[in-house]
Amino acid sequence: MATHIKAVEHGAATSTGLSNAKLGMWAFLASECLLFGALISTFLLYRDRHVTGLTPQKVYDIPYTSVSSFVLLMSSLTMVLALAAIQRGDHAKLRTWLVATALLGMTFISGQVYEFTRFVQDGMTIKTNVIATSFFTLTGFHGAHVTVGILMLLSLFGMSLDGRLPVERAEAVELVGLYWHFVDIVWIVIFTVVYLIPKSS
Amino acid sequence: MATVASEPEGVAYRRRGVFARPKATTGVWSWITTVDHKRIGKLYGVTAFMFFLVGGLEALLIRSQLARPNGHVVTAEAYNELFTMHGLTMIFLVVMPLSAAFFNYMIPLMIGARDVAFPRLNAFSYWAFLFGGLFLYSSFVLGGAPAGGWFGYAPLSEQPASHMHFYALGLLILGISSTVAAINFAVTIINMRAPGMSLMRMPVFVWMTFVVSFLLIFALPVLTVGLFELFFDLRFGTNFFVVAKGADPVLWEHLFWLFGHPEVYILILPAMGIVSEVLPVFSRKPLFGYPVVVFSGIAIGFMGWGVWAHHMFAVGLGPVANSAFALSTMFIAVPTGVKIFNWLATLHGGDIRFRTPLLFALGFIAMFTIGGLSGVTHAVVPADYQQTDTYYIVAHFHYVLFGGSIFGLFSGIYYWWPKMTGKLLSEAVGKVHFWLMLIGFNLTFGPMHILGLQGMPRRIYTYPSGRGWNFWNGVSTIGSFLIATSILVFLGNVVWTIRRGKAAGADPWDARTLEWSIPSPPPPHNFDEIPVVASIDPHWHAKYAEGPEGELVPVVAGGSNGPDQGPGAEHHPGTGTQAHGEGDGDGHGHGIHMPSPSYFPLIAALGLPILAYGLLFSTVFIVDGVITILVGLYGWALEPSAEP
Repeated sequence: MATHIKAVEHGAATSTGLSNAKLGMWAFLASECLLFGALISTFLLYRDRHVTGLTPQKVYDIPYTSVSSFVLLMSSLTMVLALAAIQRGDHAKLRTWLVATALLGMTFISGQVYEFTRFVQDGMTIKTNVIATSFFTLTGFHGAHVTVGILMLLSLFGMSLDGRLPVERAEAVELVGLYWHFVDIVWIVIFTVVYLIPKSS
Repeated sequence: MATVASEPEGVAYRRRGVFARPKATTGVWSWITTVDHKRIGKLYGVTAFMFFLVGGLEALLIRSQLARPNGHVVTAEAYNELFTMHGLTMIFLVVMPLSAAFFNYMIPLMIGARDVAFPRLNAFSYWAFLFGGLFLYSSFVLGGAPAGGWFGYAPLSEQPASHMHFYALGLLILGISSTVAAINFAVTIINMRAPGMSLMRMPVFVWMTFVVSFLLIFALPVLTVGLFELFFDLRFGTNFFVVAKGADPVLWEHLFWLFGHPEVYILILPAMGIVSEVLPVFSRKPLFGYPVVVFSGIAIGFMGWGVWAHHMFAVGLGPVANSAFALSTMFIAVPTGVKIFNWLATLHGGDIRFRTPLLFALGFIAMFTIGGLSGVTHAVVPADYQQTDTYYIVAHFHYVLFGGSIFGLFSGIYYWWPKMTGKLLSEAVGKVHFWLMLIGFNLTFGPMHILGLQGMPRRIYTYPSGRGWNFWNGVSTIGSFLIATSILVFLGNVVWTIRRGKAAGADPWDARTLEWSIPSPPPPHNFDEIPVVASIDPHWHAKYAEGPEGELVPVVAGGSNGPDQGPGAEHHPGTGTQAHGEGDGDGHGHGIHMPSPSYFPLIAALGLPILAYGLLFSTVFIVDGVITILVGLYGWALEPSAEP
């Protein structure tokens, strides 16, 4: 009986040999690429327009955001360590690295919340002009994705504590990992486009 | 099942204690909790048909208003709501879900699988579609339906009178449904094929579903971003399309049509797939140039991304952009034309039987060709300046979307009805339906070409006499009521068939693909033994061999495990050369584990409209919606997909 369940859960004997869940996650991430692609395009279209009021380029602090970007990128390392831990059956290390990844993610999100708060205090809100609108929307969508990732990491942590995450289900960690790395990679693009490329005169 | 006394060995999951797992196999609850792709397919089909009737009524109101000059059947405001909702309904609530009904029901059967890759996700797609449609329609009683046109151009869409809040959120919910369904079908087709069912042995309908899935996966997020931007502008006062704050409203047009043109192929490719199944069966010949038809479909899928600005020639993008998109638009007519010639060549020299599915398929080819040709005239930029926003455009897209998609889908309904229900729709009534619909369709939309070239703009709620528009508008309205009559004939056929239709048997059309190798309607597990496929059209080759002169020779009983009776007779699976699998030694269907029903897809989907109402009206509902979604998702994640 148990083997039947495994066959259903793990998509054994698929045409490609890859599990359904993993293919599904890749297809989902492909879709997400276009989501962020459209948001980034919107920002690129508007970033050089002549507007009144403060723009992100006038208020952001590149060294500050560089540090929080570094924190987010390091979380990809801890995510890989978490996956490696469950694959060798080390559940204690799995939980350690899951929590570490979630904490790094939360640090990044806290940094974004602080940054947004300061911008608003400086007088740049999402309504100020079209550059501010597309800045807050793009980085906000990314922040929402990181937040969902943190929820998934904490869920994995809870499932592991509860004994619902045996070695055979290591793929669940791998799937969350795929999503997490994707969100990190997108941040590299956003950070470059929004913060690093200077505004053309 | 919440308190299973003795857990099977090796099962590492704990049982939940919140809900008992649904177990009903009949009655309303069995449908609400079902994860069976065939039942979900039927739910999709019936729901989409209901919306088809509603969208049709909207069309009749529009045509009644325009039947005579200075019409006063509805007000201008109501007219704007009607044409907007008619377009949204027919595209998002009829053609897409009706195609999804066939994807659901037929794809696993055609590739020799027992279900889709993610059965519960499949149920979620359906419920999100249903709730998204109901949410969109609830706007009529909650302050007015969307009235800014189905492509919702900014800044008109941001006028309060356009009521586009419901448009943005409704399409977001429907987009979630379609994205999830597309991921599900892409994975199913990549990963769930029976042994031997290589990609180039897949039926063309499966191929077209595959292409459509990828189009949806890549096109919908672009629309999603546009809808979020529209909604943020409307609800939170952002500036995405506010010119005074530095914005460029043409951004919306690019985002919309970058989604919208692949969407056109999302609407037509499933119908092309259906026609590619129906023509060979009723010509008793293999599809002419199968690989070419498949590659044309793929080519259309790729090229569909490079033509979107032909919807925007009059915007003023400049001569370079206009010329580039004019060329790519003319170029995409090539693979489309290739397909049409392949279909004609399939018919050529065939032993043609003019049954209702074939009639609708032929109607598709003829009407779609007319629509395709008028489409090529839009690709000529100077001509398009003349045609933009006139009834010529309305004529064009109804020839491809009604004459194309809807005729193709009706062909599929007549073709697969016996497989889904076990009963044959009446041929005589079906033919009346076809001819009434074909004549009514051409009377309705043919004159619109003339009206458009005479300069009648689309989306005007009334027109004065003396422009030379009166006669053809009258003809068009008569035609629309003829179409409505044909739909009543179809409904009569359905009711009659359900009551006293003829039993169909497993293979009433002497068809070619795997779904016809199992009983009608199929058992819940589809295949007693998973078939092994050795060729394209496996079911045909299980029935017929080729004689020395190239003539068909029925395979004799016992030969290669094929059918033990003549062609067309009801028989047990005989699909290709041999069959393997767990076997059903324990008796019928035993030993085959199907995914268990579940409440959670419904709960998760229910959270979406609650959240959407919350975003419009009250924070309380936002919280409720998020909690409902989370309960659904966590219950889902913690529940094994199949009970032991």
